[in-house]
Amino acid sequence: MDEKTLIAKRVALELKSGDLVNLGIGLPTMVANFLSPGLEVMFQSENGIIGMQTLPHGQVPFMELSDAGGQPIGAVAGAAAFDSAMSFGLIRGGHLDLTVLGGLQVDELGLLANWMVPGKMVPGMGGAMDLVSGAKRVIVAMTHTAKGAPKIVRHCTLPLTALRRVDLVVTELATIEPTGRGLVLRETAPGVSVEQVLAATEAELIVPASVPTMPIAA
Amino acid sequence: MVKVSTAAEAVGVVSDGAVVMIGGFMGVGSPHRLIDELVRQNKQGLTVIANDTARPGIGVGKLIDATLVRKVIVSHIGTNPQTQRQMLAGNLDVDLVPQGTLAEKVRAGGFGLGAVVTSTGVGTVAADGKRTIELDGCTFLLEMPLKAQFALINAKRADYSGNLEYVLTARNFNPLMAMAADTVIAEVEEVVPSGCIAPDAVATPGILVDSIVING
Repeated sequence: MDEKTLIAKRVALELKSGDLVNLGIGLPTMVANFLSPGLEVMFQSENGIIGMQTLPHGQVPFMELSDAGGQPIGAVAGAAAFDSAMSFGLIRGGHLDLTVLGGLQVDELGLLANWMVPGKMVPGMGGAMDLVSGAKRVIVAMTHTAKGAPKIVRHCTLPLTALRRVDLVVTELATIEPTGRGLVLRETAPGVSVEQVLAATEAELIVPASVPTMPIAA
Repeated sequence: MVKVSTAAEAVGVVSDGAVVMIGGFMGVGSPHRLIDELVRQNKQGLTVIANDTARPGIGVGKLIDATLVRKVIVSHIGTNPQTQRQMLAGNLDVDLVPQGTLAEKVRAGGFGLGAVVTSTGVGTVAADGKRTIELDGCTFLLEMPLKAQFALINAKRADYSGNLEYVLTARNFNPLMAMAADTVIAEVEEVVPSGCIAPDAVATPGILVDSIVING
């Protein structure tokens, strides 16, 4: 299993029936592929729909039904469409249960940087700042390191996305929960030791007496 | 009765250097024919307020390709390398605004509100140069309303009273922008007799719309 699939399968276990969920572009989008059967969640796309799904196989794309990347999607029975103010009212007004976003850095305070690398990449924040500020839960789904460099750091050196502490960080090595006391190592990935996680992490991790192995979706 | 115009007539009123809101999200729900006409008429030095600059050759991206834009106020430029190139070369001002804040700034402009008060962006570079306000122990950014001389929007269909109906994710910023500009030009697929769009289905009342261009 490649590392992104592993991360997506772990995050998938965090979704609960009845949740309204917004998945970021890229790795987070993969989470929708691994939901347990019978789980009833609705996915929001911030360009204006609740009830998005991947374009069903063989269905002709409809130009006016797209995700936040402009790519064609499908919609489930019971979907609802609306304008951008309503869409972000859902996000900022506390109606969104969960957002799963990619990350560039998470620091010891649980703060996330995920939208720009000064001098290299200035894509704009899109909806990321609104999502991190407004969603009830924020899960960061990202690889543990980038080209060997730790992404879980003491202090974010990249521009922050928000001042809000994220709720959970899932990587291919570990599940980490930012708390008021610091970053707590909750799980290690199958076959990964606590020492391996610590070695790949710049931030200080609080290691409980027992650190179970990460469960993953089927 | 609203005026049904050719694209050339409708876009002809846009002056060089104008502030123009353009609907759409990554080109979905953008007024493609009106954008093509801005390019054909070579309207220069525009300030464009839009969600994004899409991609080269698509939607607002066509205006960037033609170097007709002096400044953009958008939430995202990551999918358009041409925007980034012009920005880095100093030929294009890019004002990045969080997407929800952008929607609310446009809404505030159109709804006559004095400002948007939001926690989005507090403590980030999006707060640079902006006023903050403390309310009940919480810090908020004061984001000012956006208005424009022109809004170029897209809808599924109009009736001859100018009422507009949108479809799915092509709605996005269009109904908000229709409220926030002096002159509103709507591109639609078809125009139907007044009464054919049920009052409850009208998302933009015709009173807001100055001219309609059919892109059938």
